[in-house]
Formats: sequence, structure tokens, C-alpha cells
Amino acid sequence: MSEAAPGERDPGLQPERTRLAWRRTTLSVTVAAVLGMRTSLHEGPSAAGIVSCALCCALWLGFLLLAHRRIRALATTARPAALSPRHATAVTLCTVALAGCAASLIV
Amino acid sequence: MIEVLRNVRLWFAPVRVRDEGGTPDYRFSLANERTFLAWLRTALALIGGGFAVDQFLPDLRWGWRVGLALALLAAGVLCSLRAVNHWIRCERAMRRGEDLPVSRFPALLSLVVAVVAVAMVVVVLFGWEG
Repeated sequence: MSEAAPGERDPGLQPERTRLAWRRTTLSVTVAAVLGMRTSLHEGPSAAGIVSCALCCALWLGFLLLAHRRIRALATTARPAALSPRHATAVTLCTVALAGCAASLIV
Repeated sequence: MIEVLRNVRLWFAPVRVRDEGGTPDYRFSLANERTFLAWLRTALALIGGGFAVDQFLPDLRWGWRVGLALALLAAGVLCSLRAVNHWIRCERAMRRGEDLPVSRFPALLSLVVAVVAVAMVVVVLFGWEG
């Protein structure tokens, strides 16, 4: 843990704000994933329902992991590097996959 | 269209973004990241809305229900793809010292949300019994 020296703390609290933005986004993912699991198990447990429920769960965990990594990076360095495009793409793909899961459940 | 494809290649090739220009002030990059996350939350809210329409309006006719839910989900997917695309364009513009890209997307999204909302009102008023 290389904590920032007190003197060089950013007065605008940019890393903290970004960290909280990640937390809010994680909460949004949780809501969407819970709604997805509810939809998939709504008509009793079936094979397809259980598979899509597990998929929603996996996507939620994946997002949580990505958010956790970024939050750690933001919390442990004084001047955090920019988000990497691969990280951003992975987060977006999680979201898109959740929507795809939803579409397959609804139709 | 070619521009979009070039951007898509950039999503997976982080090194190529770093090649261009100089590293901007980390605070600008973080602000860009927060904007990206805000758009992603909008996308997630649309996706959650799609699930909610399907789950909590069971009395609706099947066509309306599935149509509305799919419209919301499609809007969510578009929104999240656009979020990452806009993020990378902003990041690149900052590295090159150019103006930030402008976008029609916010206007487009608000129009779509307005249309879906009006459709919901119509459905709730007239389509409930069907």
C-alpha cells in the first residue's frame, strides 16, 4: 500500500470521486442483475432459467471484480493512471451481455 | 462508419492510445472516466427498466410488453457501447490536445426515452384490459 503523502492529496478529491462513481455503478449492476435473476426464476426452476440465473450471477461477479481492481488502483496511488481501454471495454461487454441475457429471457 | 471501426479496434488495443500525443493531467482522465461511468449507469438503468417492464406489468398484452422491454434493452446496449466509444474519443482528443468530440447521442437518447414514456402512458390508459 503506497498511500499518498498528506501534502500531495488532490484538493479536488478526484480519485475519491471516481472511486465512488465506481461504487454507484456497482450498485446499478447489482439492481439490474437481481432483476435478471428474478426474471429467470420467475416461472419456477427450469434448466434454461437456472442457466440464465447463473449467467447473470457470473456477469455480476465479473463486473464486481473489474470495479474492485479499479477501486484498488484508485485508492492506493496518489496520481492514478487513466483507465485502460481494455478495462473499459470489459466493463461495457458485461453490461451488453446482461442486456443480451435479459433479451433471451423475455422473448 | 470507418471511423467507428477504427475506434472499435482501439477498444482492444490500449497501447495504441498511449502512442498518441502526451499524457493529459490525471484529473482530466478521471473526470472522463466518471462521465463514462455515468453513461454506463444510464445504460444499466435502461436495462433494469427492460427487466422491470417484463416483470411488473404482467397484465399487458404480450406484444406491447415484449416490445417495450426490448426497446429499453436495445437503448441500454446502444448507450453502453456509445459510452465506451465516447470515452475513448475524449481520451484521444485530450492526448492530442484537440477539442473534445461533440455528439448527437444525448438528444437522440432523450427523444427515445420520451417516446417510450408516451408509449407507456398510452399502454396504461388504453391497453391494460387487452
